Amino acid sequence: MDTASVVAVGRPAVRRRALARYLRGNLKGGEYTWAVAFLVPYVAVFLTFVVYPIVYGVWMGSEGKLYRELFSDPIYQSSVVNTVLYLALGVNVKMFLALLLSGFFMRRGWWMKVLLMIFILPWAVPQISTFISIHWMLNGEWGFLNNVLYKLFHIEGAYWLNDRWSALGAVIVSHIWKWTPFWTLILLAGRMAIPLEISDTAKVDGATGVRGFVHITFPLLANLYLICTLLSTIFLLGDFNTVYFVSGGGPANSTHVLGTLGIRNAFDMGQPRLGVAAVMSALPLVIPLVIVLMRKLRTAEVQL
Amino acid sequence: MSTLAFDRALSSSRATARAQRAVRVRRCLATAGTVLLSAALVVWTLLPIYNMILVSLEPEGDVFTDHIWPRVASFESFRGVLTQGHWYLEHFWRQFANSIYMGAWVTFLTLAIGTLTAFSIGRMRIRHGWLVSNAALMTYVIPASFLAIPFYRIMQNYGLANNLWSVIAALVAFATPYAFFVFQEYGRSIPIEVDESARIDGASPFQIYRSIYLPLMAPALVAVGTYAMLLAWNEYLYQFLLLSSKSSMTVPVALAQFLNSDQSPWNYMMATAIIYAAPPVAIYYAFRRRMTAGLTMGGVKG
Repeated sequence: MDTASVVAVGRPAVRRRALARYLRGNLKGGEYTWAVAFLVPYVAVFLTFVVYPIVYGVWMGSEGKLYRELFSDPIYQSSVVNTVLYLALGVNVKMFLALLLSGFFMRRGWWMKVLLMIFILPWAVPQISTFISIHWMLNGEWGFLNNVLYKLFHIEGAYWLNDRWSALGAVIVSHIWKWTPFWTLILLAGRMAIPLEISDTAKVDGATGVRGFVHITFPLLANLYLICTLLSTIFLLGDFNTVYFVSGGGPANSTHVLGTLGIRNAFDMGQPRLGVAAVMSALPLVIPLVIVLMRKLRTAEVQL
Repeated sequence: MSTLAFDRALSSSRATARAQRAVRVRRCLATAGTVLLSAALVVWTLLPIYNMILVSLEPEGDVFTDHIWPRVASFESFRGVLTQGHWYLEHFWRQFANSIYMGAWVTFLTLAIGTLTAFSIGRMRIRHGWLVSNAALMTYVIPASFLAIPFYRIMQNYGLANNLWSVIAALVAFATPYAFFVFQEYGRSIPIEVDESARIDGASPFQIYRSIYLPLMAPALVAVGTYAMLLAWNEYLYQFLLLSSKSSMTVPVALAQFLNSDQSPWNYMMATAIIYAAPPVAIYYAFRRRMTAGLTMGGVKG
């Protein structure tokens, strides 16, 4: 009894000290307080504006009934097809072009510098400006594209945005137009980071042109390329602006992707839960991507 | 003997001449290829931008015609925007000021919160800092648009809808992780001994942060600041959902209002689009080098 009480009194103090050491590490009292204080703003922002909406969203979209309603909606079914096409074509064509163009921009000379400065414009100009310009450019009656086709080649252009497939194609091409420069820049930096000795040695050994690319450059860029592709996939999955401005989801709601369909269901149809469900249905794709990306980014820290 | 040597020399010189010609032809072809590809790239890149300029220079009646270059360059639509002379642009300057206000706050808060977090985790090496890094990493890879609906509901519940600060909060939450990664990565190039010697001299962590860390981080601050500004300028969805009154709107929301109406004032819209695009393009070209360095410093962000 006596010993037990001594132990019971003694233990918390010891534990508290151990706990303090465990928490503080090598920081002294005052410094620890500062370090925690420095973290408070971010943790507060994270909890309020990221965790809370996630939890709220999961709660909103947690009814099974919603998904039955969603999956039977033909607009949803076509949106899934669109999303898959958008991801498959948008990401891969763009990344492949970026890979080739980054090799092109490795050339020297003032001309290349000027070209690169022009080439980067689509990325520097705000999305809304360029996408509404493309929207009007593709107008069937008065759009710039059809005017050019008619004046130069006497071809009557199509009503690009009035057909599901050409409208979806326009969205994908717009995305490629907008984002290829950015990824080219990233891959260019990756190529620049390859030590000169490696490419020089390879050249001496006869690995030039395509062979040099296949055996030397690409293996060295492969990890970066993979990370860029994954990141681009997830950014594209959350894309709203391109579809919203270029095709507006039309004609007849046939070119929606999950991101825009969610907003449409929530705000145009006034069914926020159905909107959340549309977005949540992308989770089977999002979660594995996030896990792979988190692991890749943490270990590689994208050293370019 | 001597003729043989002469012959051989002649034939070898012919061979070199032929080889040289082959090289010259190949170089010529390569140059032609470069020029062609460059021309194609320039046309491809400038097409939508040219269209923007073309339509903005057309007088109102000319928009619905089939010109492919402006018949008469008219700056009427630019004047209309700048003097708020068209019904569609009644509040242009107010909305532009809103955009700037939002962009400035997003930039400032992203820089402040990002540096504080990176300082605590990277320089002070707080225990369990990895938890926060992981939280940031997770935020970084979650598409912002997926959280728009619950975010909107939450803001409405707290009466913060139609308030610029709700947009600022959302953008800061999504911009800070990237800022944090760049700061972490850049901070590695600053020796930790700098902090330690200041500590021995009796500087408090806050003094170290303000007088040593921040000045040394200046290049990364410029890179991330530009990034945050451009992010705020590019964003549409949250602004569209959260800002509904004409006086609290930002330019993108106002600009998109008439996108799908039949009588869209296209020349005014394009003029607005160009004016709206001017600041980010200028900022981008001013800080181009720093920005590219920043992009490759701590990760990748679109």
